[in-house]
Amino acid sequence: MTREMTGAKMVVQALKDQGVDTVFGYPGGAVLPIYDEIFLQNDIRHILVRHEQGAVHAAEGYARSTGKPGVVLVTSGPGATNAVTGLTDALLDSIPLVVLTGQVPTFMIGSDAFQEADTVGITRPCTKHNWLVKDTEKLAETMHEAFHVATAGRPGPVLIDIPKDVQFATGTYQGPKPAASHYQPPVKGDLEAITELVAAMETAKRPIFYTGGGVINSGTGASQLLRELVDATGFPVTSTLMGLGAYPASGKQWLGMLGMHGLYEANMAMHDCDLMINIGARFDDRITGRLDAFSPASTKAHIDIDPSSINKVIRVDIPIVGDVAHVLEDVLKIWKSRGRKTAAAEVAQWQEQIQSWRDVRCLAYTGSEATIKPQYALERLEALTKNHDRYITTEVGQHQMWAAQFLGFEDPNRWMTSGGLGTMGYGTPASIGVQVAHQDALVINVAGEASWLMNMQEMGTAVQYRLPVKQFILNNERLGMVRQWQELLHGERYSHSWSEALPDFVKLAEAFGAKGIMVSDPKDLDDAIMEMIEYDGPVIFDCLVEKHENCFPMIPSGKAHNEMLLGEAETQGVIQSGGAVLV
Amino acid sequence: MSALHIKKGSTSHSAYNLRPNFSDVQERHTITVLVENEPGVLARVIGLFSGRGYNIDSLTVAEVDHTGHLSRITIVTTGTPQVIEQIKAQLGRIVPVHEVTDLTVEGPFVERELAIVKVVSEGDKRVEAMRLAEIFRAKVVDTTLNSFIFELTGAPDKIDAFAELMRPLGLTKIARTGVAALLRGS
Ligand SMILES: Cc1ncc(C[n+]2csc(CCOP(=O)(O)OP(=O)(O)O)c2C)c(N)n1
Ligand SMILES: [Mg+2]
Repeated sequence: MTREMTGAKMVVQALKDQGVDTVFGYPGGAVLPIYDEIFLQNDIRHILVRHEQGAVHAAEGYARSTGKPGVVLVTSGPGATNAVTGLTDALLDSIPLVVLTGQVPTFMIGSDAFQEADTVGITRPCTKHNWLVKDTEKLAETMHEAFHVATAGRPGPVLIDIPKDVQFATGTYQGPKPAASHYQPPVKGDLEAITELVAAMETAKRPIFYTGGGVINSGTGASQLLRELVDATGFPVTSTLMGLGAYPASGKQWLGMLGMHGLYEANMAMHDCDLMINIGARFDDRITGRLDAFSPASTKAHIDIDPSSINKVIRVDIPIVGDVAHVLEDVLKIWKSRGRKTAAAEVAQWQEQIQSWRDVRCLAYTGSEATIKPQYALERLEALTKNHDRYITTEVGQHQMWAAQFLGFEDPNRWMTSGGLGTMGYGTPASIGVQVAHQDALVINVAGEASWLMNMQEMGTAVQYRLPVKQFILNNERLGMVRQWQELLHGERYSHSWSEALPDFVKLAEAFGAKGIMVSDPKDLDDAIMEMIEYDGPVIFDCLVEKHENCFPMIPSGKAHNEMLLGEAETQGVIQSGGAVLV
Repeated sequence: MSALHIKKGSTSHSAYNLRPNFSDVQERHTITVLVENEPGVLARVIGLFSGRGYNIDSLTVAEVDHTGHLSRITIVTTGTPQVIEQIKAQLGRIVPVHEVTDLTVEGPFVERELAIVKVVSEGDKRVEAMRLAEIFRAKVVDTTLNSFIFELTGAPDKIDAFAELMRPLGLTKIARTGVAALLRGS
């Protein structure tokens, strides 16, 4: 289909042809022609955020909960620079986004014009790719290419910078042409390498699947195949923060999350395994701990769509470059055709060993009748919401790690958290993006009070669009994670890690036109949570929790998996017996 | 479980400082990258090297296919084998990159650089400069009574050697193009 139209109309037409139903954005001078076209149509819903960072995180929430790319529209200059944190967040977590920025007209570029910024220059290192379109004739083609690049191979954010004169000028619109791009990352894995992996699986005595966000990004089919493979082999499975939900938390082989605040059984199994099968994870430093002590005795296989992830930090023995779903399909096919063999007796012994690690009950904590322990709040939240059609977002800090430990995810795309960048302020806008995509679902942002304040303006968006997001704030009046590090690593010098002059969250909710609930007594917690769930509208839930609780287990930076701290008691013991203050 | 021996208050054990115990032999590699000649593509390549802390010893770029709008970038870099592999994988990830070739691995290859060298001197030194230039097959492309500009092509070490010899003979300025390279044979 080719037609003459203005650049601004092309933008909207291309979005429609790409199947976009929602755009998160904020207008300004350099995008007014596009906003005009949005005004003149009804197919695409525009959600007006309160800050461009919020638009990008909302689009991330939308993308992660639907598997479709998120779309953002912002103006030039400050609109674009405000989007930078969100772009970096999406790049590190491999989230597909198409971000459209307005730019000053081409004939003013380079003149320090009003609201001019070198947007493609600024965003080059924080996008998968970006384009400055100087010719309306190239605009439609670039729009379609942008969707292709954002979603093909390892997904990521892309940005198109569109000068205002290019939006006004007329050109020929081209519809999407599949396979027009030279960018076609291979999805099939090498069969020889896959066969090598299968052979290793057949003889492994202490195998483990270590899964990551790549399984989620590969689509729901990949999670299905993972479940089939795990259950058929009887091998235990752990996951990074990014991969939670790919294998169900209620599944028999589930070890829980691994890494710095991961479960004891998961980290010990990673350390002692003889075959590690990394599926769509990237040996991040929060996972590996001390590199020279990382899983010293294992053969390592690594399935990843991005060749640069392979051997980046950990040398692997069996690299397989390909899309998780495609590769797992071949793994299953070959493993079955060779007779579904495993070293069952040894694997059973391994499971016994793992059971002894599970028996340590690493998530145990000291309860309290006087104050709400954050872990208890999450246990109750889990119990009271797990049968709902539930989506969880988080902010960044202790509450995020406790959420990962205490909430169970049965399906992929239900858990949205800032993993790679660790962006405080992610959760509120992300919850809005999720709720826009799933109007009837129960969407909860598990937040810390400090993180929550970073993008709290988005409550206005929630109220305006009647998005009943629940802001579940574990309020410890502390930058809890910072405080924890200062306690353990900086001699208890709590430099600027407390939240003073906090707002009255109930009044704040009311000021926004939302509902506020405050709870401080453990006895009232269940009723308060039920009230939050049942309220048909956005809620700010101010849960006053124990202020000095530390998040355990913990592998301090630079330590090995088997040097994990299990709890306060252990920290105390070490400190007392060592004389010198050890953690 | 073994006890931890981290001193409270210590700040020296961030995971960011950790390096894997891969081989630490430094290798010099010549890599060519075929890219779409679109605006910003060179900035992407250079940004990758600076952003990830890789070395660039030499970099040249020019359009080599005017109809297909393809440019060839030739990069000489040094790093451990793992870093070299990362550099190639990271280059391959850049969307407008069509092809990455490690000539050092796929070799043998021809490597050439052009230099123009200004030598200001008189008397015996001027005569000696001229004599050495002949040995190196450098051409005189400009001359005054007390100066020469020599043009020289060759592998980088030949140019290094020439520059070293010319330094005591009055070398005042040198401009080098950086390396262009291709695999030998068909
Ligand atoms: C934008 C940003 N700034 C700073 C940090 C560093 N940081 C990590 S966790 C944290 C404290 C978070 O406090 P809060 O949201 O109250 O969560 P808590 O740890 O108390 O649960 C800080 C400051 C960050 N991750 N992101
Ligand atoms: Mg807090």
